[in-house]
Amino acid sequence: MTKIMTGYEAVAEAVKACNPDVIPAYPITPQTDIVERISEMVADGELTSEYVRVDSEFNAASTAIGASAAGARTFTATCSQGLKLMSEPLFSAAGMRLPLVLAIANRSLSAPLSIWGDHTDTFAERDGGMIQFYAEDLQEAMDNIAIAYRVAEDKDISLPALSCLDGFILTHVQEEVDPFTQKEIEEFLPERDPVNTLDPSDPTTMGAYARPEHWTETRYVVHRAVKRSKEKIGKAVEEFADIFDREYGLEYNGLVETYRADDAEVLIVALGSVCGTTRYVVDEYRDMGEKVGMVRPRVYRPFPEKELARALEGAESIAVMEKDISLGYQGGLAIDIKSMLYSNGSKIPVLNYIVGLAGRDVSKENIRNVVEGAKEVKGKDPTDLDFDDEERWEPLRKELISEDDM
Amino acid sequence: MEQIRIHGRGGQGVVTMASMLSKAIFKTGKYSQGFPSFGVERLGAPIEAFVRVDESKITDRSQVYDPDYVIVQDPTLLSLVDVEKGLKKDGVIIINTSEGSDDLDISTEARIVTVDATEIAMKHLGRPIMNTALMGAFAKVTGLTDKESLGKIIRETFGGDIGERNVKAMEEAYEVC
Repeated sequence: MTKIMTGYEAVAEAVKACNPDVIPAYPITPQTDIVERISEMVADGELTSEYVRVDSEFNAASTAIGASAAGARTFTATCSQGLKLMSEPLFSAAGMRLPLVLAIANRSLSAPLSIWGDHTDTFAERDGGMIQFYAEDLQEAMDNIAIAYRVAEDKDISLPALSCLDGFILTHVQEEVDPFTQKEIEEFLPERDPVNTLDPSDPTTMGAYARPEHWTETRYVVHRAVKRSKEKIGKAVEEFADIFDREYGLEYNGLVETYRADDAEVLIVALGSVCGTTRYVVDEYRDMGEKVGMVRPRVYRPFPEKELARALEGAESIAVMEKDISLGYQGGLAIDIKSMLYSNGSKIPVLNYIVGLAGRDVSKENIRNVVEGAKEVKGKDPTDLDFDDEERWEPLRKELISEDDM
Repeated sequence: MEQIRIHGRGGQGVVTMASMLSKAIFKTGKYSQGFPSFGVERLGAPIEAFVRVDESKITDRSQVYDPDYVIVQDPTLLSLVDVEKGLKKDGVIIINTSEGSDDLDISTEARIVTVDATEIAMKHLGRPIMNTALMGAFAKVTGLTDKESLGKIIRETFGGDIGERNVKAMEEAYEVC
């Protein structure tokens, strides 16, 4: 039955349904409300998880790793600087092939200090072997928790997964969601059946030292597991649709969703909650008879290169609109999309719009400007675009920047 | 889609009001979205929160720039905050004040509704917590929710005797508006 609740309550409800054994928790805005709500559930006896109040995010991730190594289902949540502090143990979790599920309330990184959201925190974890899901609304934020457990704990995958939702914009909005019923979740998510566990009667070493003659192959194996998770996500999303009657990009293996994109000449590519606002702008253009559409990767790692190639095929121009900037080049998503298009022999021009950093509102007007920019380069040869001209900030308040810094 | 902006001060329950209103609107079968102005909230500082209402699923995540309705919990904000900013000409601004609309320092073409929600709250609750009364006024003026739905949400939120007294405050404001 549909209920109205906040994003942090929705994530907590999803976690409760998935019933983790161990939940190490450390607060950070705007994630805190998630673990706070879960602590209430534990205190009220609604949830029997071992709730561990740790002294830092480093310890939260490390405790989750220890519990996962012992065969437990774990959950923790963080964002921003907290995710940076978790970064070191999380890379190890992937290397040790230990499944963890984390909710990330995406938030910017210091300095300057900002509590507001963008995707720079999770993009900076791109290379660590973590599966990354991005939710557009609360229902998807909730559903991705279950899908993340299903994939992360799959014996062929056994990796950490980040279930990302935009800090404040999604964590603190209140809207309708359809919570999982016990029957549905039991059907979808089996008990964890670990590949290897720490067991005193059968000792194992995890994450041991590797010399140069072995290390490359261990990395290759983790890399293959991340890539292989694409099929597993596709299968999980398909079964999810059967059981819960909610679909996420089935046509694209559950990795990519599209909106009015089939015959679109101009395509906007974006992640997360901003796609919701983009839908209205796409509708406006369609009402005027202009062929504008949207492509939304649900998963950033593994990178859905084949699915995106198919979704973007036929466009005359693409605008990648993202809440991330890889300082010194362009936004991470645009970089990956252009790499994919090159390998695919594509000649579609791609603009990279940097938007919504640290909670700056992305208005419909901003998105219209992105569409207008993409319309101007329609049908152009990408080599006619200067690298500097490909990168645009919507908006950039030039009056705040000294001439020397421009 | 209709959009509502609520102005108040930190501690007056701006966020709680957005939350309760969006729940009460949802109870009437419409889609609703409630959210605060995200930031560092301090006691007494001007705060805003928002509600969106539509017949279909709301996916707009941008801020509210041109509200149909504005609710002002604290009349002292009128001289500090541009509460009428972006308010649609055919919209309504509902202000908690003991003064009449002609005596207020406000310039808008929208309809101005005043209600002494603080007095109603004092009468029923003995404390100047005017949120539930103001919600009654909102329901009457906008028709976006009704007394029954508000009553259910108020009882769910507060419970017991406090819940009943808040329902009475809501109902009285509904009648006088």
